[in-house]
Amino acid sequence: MKKELIELRVNGRSHELAVEPSKLLLDVLRQDLDLTGSKRGCDDSSCGACTVQVDGVPMLACNMLAASYQECEIATVEGISEGAGLAALQKAYGDFGGSQCGYCTPGFMMTVRWLLANNPDPSDAEIREALSSNLCRCTGYSQMYQAIRAVIEVERKGSNPELVGAKA
Amino acid sequence: MSEFSVIGKSIAMVDSAGKTTGAGKYTDDFSLPGMLVGKILHSPYPHALIKRIDTSRAQALEGVIAIVTGEDAPNQYGILPVGHDETALAVGKVRYVGDNVACVAAVNEETAVRALEVIDVEYEPLPAYFDPEESMKAERDLIHENRPNNIEKDYHHVFGDPEKGFAEADFVAEARYLANEVTHAAMEPHCTLASFEIDPHTGKQGRLTVWSSTQVPYYLQHKLSLVLELPMSQIRVIKPLVGGGFGGKSEIIPLEIIAAVAARAAKAPVKITYTREEVFWAHRGRPRTIIDLKTGVKKDGRVTSVACKVIQDGGAYCSYGIVTILYSGALLGALYDIPNIRYDGFRVLTNKPACGAMRGHGTVNVRFAFESQMDEIAAKLSLDPAEMRCINLLKPPTVTVNGLRVLSYGLPECIDQVITRSGWKDRRGTLPKSRGLGMACSHYVSGAANSIIRSDMPHSTVNIKIDRDGGVVVYTGASEIGQGSDTMTAQVVAEVLGCSLSRVKVIAADTDLTPIDLGSYSSRVTFMAGNAALRAAEDVKKNIVSAAARRMNCSPEDVEMRDDRVSKRGTPLESAAGLPEAEAASGHVDGQILRGSVLQTRKEEGLKDNMSFEEAVVSAIDFHGGLTGTGSYAPPVEARGGKHKGAGVGPSPAYSYSAQVAEVSVDEDTGEVTVHKIWAAHDCGRALNPVAVEGQVIGSVWMGLGQALQEEMVWKDGLLMNPGLLEYRSPSSVESPEIECVIVESVDPEGPFGAKEAGEGSLAATIPAISNAIYDAVGVRLREVPFTPERILSALRAKRGMKKLEMTEGVDPTQPKKFREHGGSLWFRGKGPDRHPADSARQGALAGGGD
Repeated sequence: MKKELIELRVNGRSHELAVEPSKLLLDVLRQDLDLTGSKRGCDDSSCGACTVQVDGVPMLACNMLAASYQECEIATVEGISEGAGLAALQKAYGDFGGSQCGYCTPGFMMTVRWLLANNPDPSDAEIREALSSNLCRCTGYSQMYQAIRAVIEVERKGSNPELVGAKA
Repeated sequence: MSEFSVIGKSIAMVDSAGKTTGAGKYTDDFSLPGMLVGKILHSPYPHALIKRIDTSRAQALEGVIAIVTGEDAPNQYGILPVGHDETALAVGKVRYVGDNVACVAAVNEETAVRALEVIDVEYEPLPAYFDPEESMKAERDLIHENRPNNIEKDYHHVFGDPEKGFAEADFVAEARYLANEVTHAAMEPHCTLASFEIDPHTGKQGRLTVWSSTQVPYYLQHKLSLVLELPMSQIRVIKPLVGGGFGGKSEIIPLEIIAAVAARAAKAPVKITYTREEVFWAHRGRPRTIIDLKTGVKKDGRVTSVACKVIQDGGAYCSYGIVTILYSGALLGALYDIPNIRYDGFRVLTNKPACGAMRGHGTVNVRFAFESQMDEIAAKLSLDPAEMRCINLLKPPTVTVNGLRVLSYGLPECIDQVITRSGWKDRRGTLPKSRGLGMACSHYVSGAANSIIRSDMPHSTVNIKIDRDGGVVVYTGASEIGQGSDTMTAQVVAEVLGCSLSRVKVIAADTDLTPIDLGSYSSRVTFMAGNAALRAAEDVKKNIVSAAARRMNCSPEDVEMRDDRVSKRGTPLESAAGLPEAEAASGHVDGQILRGSVLQTRKEEGLKDNMSFEEAVVSAIDFHGGLTGTGSYAPPVEARGGKHKGAGVGPSPAYSYSAQVAEVSVDEDTGEVTVHKIWAAHDCGRALNPVAVEGQVIGSVWMGLGQALQEEMVWKDGLLMNPGLLEYRSPSSVESPEIECVIVESVDPEGPFGAKEAGEGSLAATIPAISNAIYDAVGVRLREVPFTPERILSALRAKRGMKKLEMTEGVDPTQPKKFREHGGSLWFRGKGPDRHPADSARQGALAGGGD
């Protein structure tokens, strides 16, 4: 298939790219932009490892044609780090063991950030519901809840994300 | 001040930032200039001869660079030296739906897929074997010609006097248990990138570099050498981040060899990444298992004898099969005190993807049967199941009847903890209708005491280099797969050297750089690589200490290293060396190396009691001419087990222990089981990093929960009916209960700082704990895993004498006899591939039979 020129906005930057109209957003991110944080874990849009945000909404990049999202703000896991440091959620996932092998983690980052942006004080059931779009095979999810709770706590107190480390 | 500075503290994994930011690289994240995409053609038949392969049309496509078939690399290999029955691509015959026939290397995926479609393969189907008990009767059309009756291996062990034990018993329970097949489903699909370099002297293809998602880089290097006929020294295997293994990457997966064969033929780097469906075919998971178990007990619950016959549906190749069937028998011992054991194990070949090692290797399904039967016996004898387990405890230190040495044994405290925390004694029997509590125990090895390749080589070796910058670089072959191997290594070294964790950099699992380590499987890394790291750190510490003793004018025994300071025992800690603490720890000091020397010359003038880590390092290097250390670990001879045939599998330098209580409720109308909570106590010796231990225990329990309730590979005539994450259905967050993890620290005398296994041992207890809780809730005993709504419902209906449901084929999972096609589920009752006219199952179907 012949390539066409498209313009994608990813993590606040514009990129002019020549891609096949049939090319998936996930492949464009990983192959053309070298943003390999978003992962492919399944064939049937069931695992959530490729989750990105499109205009703030989590979507599966393995299931989207890149050329169809030219007018949108696409955010990937690479765009999260605030300045040079870890965002509170990233720090908390490390400190509380929310990430083991880490393959699903970028997808969870995008899903959880959407959750907390739209519902700053979610109930346990709401957290579980939100996370059910992403699969993890290592953690049993428990330590992710602890990490998310810690971030909510930090946000609530307005304290420095550095404090999130104090678990043990 | 605590005994330790780094050990025992919950810390983030040293590679966690790469994982949360997306910066960490997994194999599929790498690409090389000129890299080609490899795609594999798989067999559509479960058992067939390959009469002809015509690749000419595919070869003619623009963009197809090379096509390889079995003839391009016919050397046999396999993970076990006694099981070399695989080839990179099928030679003459395919043995399962999904077997590897050819590989196309093309400029992009689209071209490669198009090429696969026009490869013309002529097959001659053979009768296929899908049920292990049927397969054992086979006399012709064998899956491997050198395996009569399709039996890969059988073992018959007798320890003590089982018949006498049964004669002494007051009560004997006997039943058949079935466990269906499960797979690892690690989130990262397997991926391998292979690239040859041109040799500058010969001008031909020379060294091979392979990046692969593997738990065992050194075994991969070894098998690549066998197949490609290249010396191991010409092969470099690099393990980038690995997105989960659980045993699925603990042996050589076909694509790892095929990528190298294709790269050789294409004369360009080739990357192969499995689709999720291919991951299911590659499999190597936990086999379907038939367990015929008989237990004899005295009236007080004391076990007098156990007889266990296990048949494993191993799939088409040996894989780890011989080890699996041996673990199933060997680990009947070392949990409880069982004086007499008879074990008959059959590893059987069938025309399905090969089964291999999966978390809790070999023990899980037998443990389900054993712990269920214990619960049945307790109910029969009106004993508290927890007390019955306490009556049968081992008395360590001891050697079990089947030759397993047990030193540390935290099981009594584990049982105590879960009993107390779950309110077992008060709440059991008083819960609302259809709600119940169940308990079970399990254990696992901390690495195998005998390597799969019999030799006297150390199982782990670690090297350390410290340079004038005060940075500690640790080289270990241990494979980080998300379990925290690198972090454990860094912690152990930092603790021994008394330095901050930020000084320690771990270089791991690169066969050119790191010393040999057997890999990440059988929960061996903390115990074995941890001990090697400990010894390497002590080796290098010796030189720092001797130089420091000279400068401090004291004996080496009086030199202490802690918190980035090296001091004479008894002197107060101070930052007298000149560098502010923060600078010393961060290491970002301009001209530090020079300054170290300047400082040193100045300090030479006088004696001192106390110096910074960097200063001590600089003086040690000046004194010794370099600062390196090495350490290795081989399990002690006393821990290597008995002398009988098959005695090599099961022995371990230490065993972890776990006790669990599950609380469930059962919807008697739908058959749905809800697990409300699991209390899991795990004896890991000493928890080096508690948050990581909890993560491992909770992850194990959760994976056990998946196998208990919903995960099942569903087969129809050798075709996998659910080869996707959507249909395989591992639990999502909404289906995952709260798991309360209690760490029990028995402090093993031989483990590094007393540590033992944490990553696998808890899994096996979860399934019987849930099964026992279901019995407590609704009074049905399910002897077939998983406990799906269909099975629960048919068990409930059978108990009440109600009409049998069509959806469960009228089979009663409380008395299972054999595996059913499509698991008996209506959901999967699709049409499988045509069976060969000579197939016994087809004959039965034509005659209107079946089960």
